[in-house]
Amino acid sequence: MGTDENLKSLPLDDLHKAAGARFGGFAGWNMPITYPLGVMKEHLHTREKAGLFDISHMQLFELSGREAAALLSHACPLDAAALQQGQSKYTFFLNEQAGILDDLIVTRLGTAGADGTAGGDSGGDRYMVVANAGNAAADEAHLRHIASGFDCRVEALPRVFLAIQGPQAADILRMAGLSGTELAFMNGFEPKPGWFMSRSGYTGEDGFEIGLPAGEARELVAALLADERLAWIGLAARDSLRLEAGLCLHGHDITPDHDPVEAALTWAIGKPVREKGGFIGAEALRAKLAAGTVRKRVGLKPDGRQPVRGETVLIDADGNEIGLVTSGGFGPSAGHPVAMGYVARAAIDGNLPIFAELRGNRIPVHIHPLPFTPHRYHKG
Amino acid sequence: MATTYFTEDHEWIRVEGGVATVGITDHAQDQLGDLVFVQLPDVGQKLAKGDAAVVVESVKAASDVYAPIDGEVTEVNEATASDPALVNSAASSDGWLWKMKLADESQLANLLDEAGYKAIIG
Repeated sequence: MGTDENLKSLPLDDLHKAAGARFGGFAGWNMPITYPLGVMKEHLHTREKAGLFDISHMQLFELSGREAAALLSHACPLDAAALQQGQSKYTFFLNEQAGILDDLIVTRLGTAGADGTAGGDSGGDRYMVVANAGNAAADEAHLRHIASGFDCRVEALPRVFLAIQGPQAADILRMAGLSGTELAFMNGFEPKPGWFMSRSGYTGEDGFEIGLPAGEARELVAALLADERLAWIGLAARDSLRLEAGLCLHGHDITPDHDPVEAALTWAIGKPVREKGGFIGAEALRAKLAAGTVRKRVGLKPDGRQPVRGETVLIDADGNEIGLVTSGGFGPSAGHPVAMGYVARAAIDGNLPIFAELRGNRIPVHIHPLPFTPHRYHKG
Repeated sequence: MATTYFTEDHEWIRVEGGVATVGITDHAQDQLGDLVFVQLPDVGQKLAKGDAAVVVESVKAASDVYAPIDGEVTEVNEATASDPALVNSAASSDGWLWKMKLADESQLANLLDEAGYKAIIG
């Protein structure tokens, strides 16, 4: 895994090198994949204590203006004006066919002054949008294109973005003197100028995500890592943690070729929003909700110990193709292979035996409820 | 007297009395990371040099371990199948994978010695 010079380096790259990370390319970034602890221990450490993740490859956008809510309610299947100040919501950018361009977390920050920044309320509302690294450029172009019809400013924020995840996360932040540990799950705020902090994450554990300027991030990292309960965790364990938690990875489990209905994500779209429409993809989504889908995203548990990876074709007893694994690996906390993917409704409804063909072996695969490990969010 | 050889595919081969014990190197297990699955060949299986003999899977990826020489499998290390982490903790000793009866000892001449292998991994 040499350094590819076309990859972007994280602002805290030197800290990861000093911590002994092994790097690999992901979504155009040279990312820490594992640290000397190794993926298995990193995963378990996060579930037992707490892990520190550098997710600065993700992109924060700030939207402000009198029509910021209207823009978001058009760009996403979301009633942005109905969010309480500080409330976060998982949502999407859809295309006209209701295909998922990206999945996002939108947080209502508060009011904006005339210049679009915090303070005063003459400039309307302010929202934070957190988007995936691989889609950041496309998301920005998409937002700016839509924003041309609205009184709304779109700003891509240069930030270090850190996730602190695990049952000890809140206590570690409290001990380090940070405010915000009283937040409930899926709430966020701005503790200081240039900072954004939310109680959220991608592991199924309680935890926080903090966006902040690089200089202050170095101080924060040093302060947090002084607590021996916290360890750097790489992208490999982030993937096994989110997979056990049943959370989708855009580009794999959800893509523009998947809609929220077959992706089993309609819980993220409130019924009033579905009925009212008005967002991009509303008509297509309504049609899909009415017609039902031919395939559905499900959790998958292979028999035995051999992981069934993404892109593995699923077949029925006669060898007919009935689905595709979109993410798969070994679940260190589950103690067995875990996967998710799309299976034909007929096979799900008929409870038909499902198999994965791996190197000539036919491995039985069972539909398994998601998540594989229970979520432990702090609901407040 | 046992002689140990290596391959460019990061296997070690310890030969004693016409029988080779095969495993992956410590460097290989380190690169793969935590192993979660080992699929061993069948005893009696005839392997040709280059055949995929063993599948090892880490949390993130699957890899083949190739037969370094021709021969017949005489024994497999079931302990690695029940506890794949054994390959991580003892790659060059208790984490051996299989033993094979050599079909053609002259093939050994094409393998690397320890110095040659160390030169490859740097």
